[in-house]
Amino acid sequence: MTIRTFINARLIDPEAGTDAMGSLTIEDGAIIARDGRPAGEVIDCNGKCLAPGIIDIGVKIGEPGERHKEGFRTAGRAAAAGGVTTMVTRPDTTPAIDTPETLDFVKRRARERAPVRVHPMAALTKGREGREMVEMGFLMDAGAVAFTDCDHVIGDNKVFSRAMTYARSVGALIMAHPQDPSLTSGSAVTSGKFASLRGLPAVSPMAERLGLERDMALVEMTGVRYHADNLSTAAALPALERAKAAGLDVTAGVNIHHLTLNELDVGDYRTFFKLKPPLRSEDDRKAMVEAVASGLIDIVCSMHTPQDEESKRLPFEEAASGAVGLQTILPAAMRLIHDGSMDLPTLWRALSTNPAKRFGLPGGTLAEGRRADLVLFDPDAPFVLNRFTLESKSKNTPFDEARMQGNVLGTWVGGQRVFG
Amino acid sequence: MTFRHRHLLGIEPLHPTEITTLLDLADTYVDLNKSPHKRREVLSGLTQINMFFENSTRTQASFELAGKRLGADVMNMAMQASSIKKGETLIDTALTLNAMHPDLLVVRHPHSGAVNLLAEKVNCAVLNAGDGKHEHPTQALLDALTIRRAKGRLHRLTIAICGDIAHSRVARSNLILLGKMENRVRLVGPPTLMPSKIEEFGVEVYDDMKAGLEDADVVMMLRLQRERMDGGFIPSEREYYHRYGLDADKLRLAKDDAIVMHPGPMNRGVEIDGTIADDINRSVIQEQVEMGVAVRMAAMDLLARNLRAETEDEGVIV
Repeated sequence: MTIRTFINARLIDPEAGTDAMGSLTIEDGAIIARDGRPAGEVIDCNGKCLAPGIIDIGVKIGEPGERHKEGFRTAGRAAAAGGVTTMVTRPDTTPAIDTPETLDFVKRRARERAPVRVHPMAALTKGREGREMVEMGFLMDAGAVAFTDCDHVIGDNKVFSRAMTYARSVGALIMAHPQDPSLTSGSAVTSGKFASLRGLPAVSPMAERLGLERDMALVEMTGVRYHADNLSTAAALPALERAKAAGLDVTAGVNIHHLTLNELDVGDYRTFFKLKPPLRSEDDRKAMVEAVASGLIDIVCSMHTPQDEESKRLPFEEAASGAVGLQTILPAAMRLIHDGSMDLPTLWRALSTNPAKRFGLPGGTLAEGRRADLVLFDPDAPFVLNRFTLESKSKNTPFDEARMQGNVLGTWVGGQRVFG
Repeated sequence: MTFRHRHLLGIEPLHPTEITTLLDLADTYVDLNKSPHKRREVLSGLTQINMFFENSTRTQASFELAGKRLGADVMNMAMQASSIKKGETLIDTALTLNAMHPDLLVVRHPHSGAVNLLAEKVNCAVLNAGDGKHEHPTQALLDALTIRRAKGRLHRLTIAICGDIAHSRVARSNLILLGKMENRVRLVGPPTLMPSKIEEFGVEVYDDMKAGLEDADVVMMLRLQRERMDGGFIPSEREYYHRYGLDADKLRLAKDDAIVMHPGPMNRGVEIDGTIADDINRSVIQEQVEMGVAVRMAAMDLLARNLRAETEDEGVIV
């Protein structure tokens, strides 16, 4: 029986939509009281923010296949240091996580190594090749929380619609990164003045709308539970709005980099800013921030994609895509607070409550009786990021040497302190 | 006289006075190249390495001749045939070469930005001889010199750049340079060969060639790559020639004294009519080649002066 009480805390409760001073008592990994009498070990929060831990649904870990880029231990440490208490991991590994056996391996490694909770997703088609569906039933029994081919868009509508129909019958959640694959092929940046100036192969932002419109039609046809992840353009949002208004079981997500950076950040061919989808215009960035504030976009994740130095030290077109984000998602998201785009409970709904609900996970709330997955942070503390101080094995962050605000002071998973 | 750069990676970082400085110096080298004694020892003792990751005959020869006329030790490396095939990365290649202490590195690479990347990793001066679809600064400078000598000025001219703009680093460097020097730049070509949002660069865009050529002082044709003629970007070679090939009919709309330019190598009968290319009253295509050597001599001379100033710890000012 361990009891802890956080006193003098600014409690951010996204589910209740409140941001108020108070105290929180936890016992044996669960929240037992709000604003009760301090009991057990007393932790003085000094007026800093205490919120449900971040549930990050976009985490790539290099196990199996690319452990030199990231492992469960390093990713788990990065998560703990970043206030992320649950990682929902991506199946775009080598080989892809497309069998119950591979999923078991991942779960075992996670259990042995990671200090935070890990829930794996599985591929939707074998080898993420877009041809044959995986054993969804077995994989769900083994613990897969969703099915996705990640950045591989299933081009064959017959394959995709059948997988969706089958997924509906087993109650599976399907996630996709909507893009039109033929328009997107070979591109490195978003078309526009900047791409033309730099002479880089570019894709129109309309490719995302095409992808999403198609997916919405297939969702309407099959009735599957669907999460459109990694959206990044204003042009795609009306399709999402229509689908939600029509009552389709659709949610959507954006990654933190598309909320805080734009295409001009690529500057002089800086490959740490090469992402997939590519960074967009400032107008698109603003539209995505507004969509998070309004709730049209439900979930914000880090899209943590570790890449070693060799994959990034190449000409821009040849360099690998992606950026690490577990440890920087919180300070990066604080930019949206400090520029007045939204308040903390709204932001935390997207970082914690909504992913918990959508993926059927505990957490995402400060309600009594719920799990004590918590992050204590100072939203204002300024620092300059040095990428070599990151816990992640790969250091490919676009925020290297950036001035940031927002410092994680402590992270608790099931009442156990894992950081700070 | 000012030229404050360690490298020549593109036209974009250059100030108009720096462009003028370089062209003025190039003018003196044009005279030198016409004299019987074509040698000056300003690069004497320096090593110039030409690294071409993409096929080139003309540009490489031009850089080689420029270096030799100024007394540099010149080495050519055909990178396609070498270590790249063995899996060595661009940066490793750069570091290997850097260890041989070159002073001037002339680089052409099929990927945009690759020359910038390489320049970050070496101690010598780097000249961009064309990177992907990004920039080809010495081509724009030689075009500028050609125009200035033919027209007597390099400002307030109407210049039509015609053809495959989207895939052309020559077009990019030229439109940036000519814009900086306050000219009216028109881009003419089918919309499938036009980069997106190019009108935001302060240029006028035409898909009707006749409208685009009206009252132009300079008509600059671009090469259409064979691989773009397969129906993906344009329907066919003959339709392209009909709509965008430079013939006497279309040229008549330009000013009477308009000059015709082409960076070479030409596709006669595709983007330009053979008789126009050979018309000594209109075509300055041979002059362009001549200016190329002079401009490259000037560029290497200026960069070498900055290198020396740097080693003598006098700051990077010419």
